[in-house]
Amino acid sequence: MNSFDDAAPTLDEEEEFRARRNRINRIAKWTLPSLVMALSLVAWHFYVTLNDVPHYVLPGPVPVGKSIIEDWALLWPAMLTTSRLTILALFLAVTGGVALAVAFTQSRWAEMSFFPYAVILQVTPVVAIAPLLQIYVDSAFVAALLCAWIVAFFPILSNTTTGLKSADHNLHDLFTIYGATRWQRLRYLAAPSALPYFLGGLRIAGGLALIGAVVAEFVIGRTGTGLGLASTLLEASYRFNFGRLYAALILISILGIAIFAITSLISHLMLRKWHESALTREV
Amino acid sequence: MTARQGRRPLLTMSRIEKIFGGETVALKGLSLTVNGGDFLSLLGPSGCGKSTALRLIAGLIHPTSGRLEWSGERGAGDLGIVFQEPTLMPWLTVAQNVWLPYRLRGKRFAEAQRDIEAALELVGLADFSDAHPRELSGGMKMRVSIARAMVTRPRLILLDEPFASLDEITRFKLNNDLLEMKAALGCTVIFVTHSVFESVFLSDRVIVMAARPGRVINELGIETPYPRHADFRTSNEYAAHARAVSNALGEAMGAAA
Repeated sequence: MNSFDDAAPTLDEEEEFRARRNRINRIAKWTLPSLVMALSLVAWHFYVTLNDVPHYVLPGPVPVGKSIIEDWALLWPAMLTTSRLTILALFLAVTGGVALAVAFTQSRWAEMSFFPYAVILQVTPVVAIAPLLQIYVDSAFVAALLCAWIVAFFPILSNTTTGLKSADHNLHDLFTIYGATRWQRLRYLAAPSALPYFLGGLRIAGGLALIGAVVAEFVIGRTGTGLGLASTLLEASYRFNFGRLYAALILISILGIAIFAITSLISHLMLRKWHESALTREV
Repeated sequence: MTARQGRRPLLTMSRIEKIFGGETVALKGLSLTVNGGDFLSLLGPSGCGKSTALRLIAGLIHPTSGRLEWSGERGAGDLGIVFQEPTLMPWLTVAQNVWLPYRLRGKRFAEAQRDIEAALELVGLADFSDAHPRELSGGMKMRVSIARAMVTRPRLILLDEPFASLDEITRFKLNNDLLEMKAALGCTVIFVTHSVFESVFLSDRVIVMAARPGRVINELGIETPYPRHADFRTSNEYAAHARAVSNALGEAMGAAA
């Protein structure tokens, strides 16, 4: 009893130290990047004002901020268009990629027939395809959507295919012994095994869908069809409106961050109960 | 007159040969009758075909030649298997893992719940039904795996070196418990191991196998009646059996050449 009493305060101290460290870490995770951001903005501002850098070379943070506010009526619809384009492309990439991955794992013939074309689609630079799509597809939005879809599709397909094949072979044997049907094997074994792989692919595809959308807008939006943020950015550069250019660039970054945050959150929520990648170990 | 006499055959293997890839002879001339109620151990060095024999019995592979016959109808839940690894599905809870054999037969969780609870009770994990496998120790995961094999109350349970990767203390405990579980279920057990001591403690028949090509070279009866408790491990009888089995295994190793 005595020795336990003696040991208890040490434990408490350790606990307290750990709790304090966790608290500091939690706060630092947000404050440190914010601080870096603030300092960079200040440095940027003084670099531009002290050196009299012309606005068409590098606008300061103040005009860029002003542009975001003043051009909001123009930037907001553009951001909505780019978001819609990206999200729709990602959605189609997920449905198409997963469906094809399932087909590949269910039929060797399907995989042999179509996999090379999936690779060709992936390795052909989307910049090279975009002008063609513009010729064949009437709607600029649909053409841009196809571009973004092509880029986002492959990581989903490739990761999901690998994931569907990754199930433990002993579990496969167990399913055989219990006379599982093909559907049961897919639903209860292959699909859950593939989930972490799929979610990894989703995070990559989310970023790629945005890149695809931006590239497509650069190429297709040039004709004055006025698509989203990237078209706005390009147009602003023609007009030497560098405040607006930077404003559009910042909004694209914010969109990218939002997509990454959302896909990461989805991944975390779906895996937190069981997958190593989502578990935090007690130190 | 021993308890083993009067048991009826459950499974008969005659002159089974298994050749992999047209050249590797994994099993040669395996003839073996498994009787209902047996606790039979397949003991031998690596490559003696003991796991191959188990996979043949499980129907996962088919013999190149020879015959494997079951007496009576074999239903879907008549066979349970435990692998060397716990082989659990990490995304399911303990209870849902144990549900698997029923789930694959289209039985809802609620319908199977009573059996699942009974199986978890039997392996001593009734309080862990909602835990995920990652929260359990190695020994506990193996218990879940055993519960899953037992949940349908099969006639035959196959265990493929299930305790090989566990520490000795856990292994002793699981050996004791396995005997109790077998007694409670009244099933037949085929146990693959490379441990002389495990085979002597658990089984009433030890089949000693040799490698290259995999074949049976000796069969020893362990006549000590059940229930066997931990004190059996320190008895002279146990030591004598262990010596005999050890010698037979020595011959098997020599025969492999």
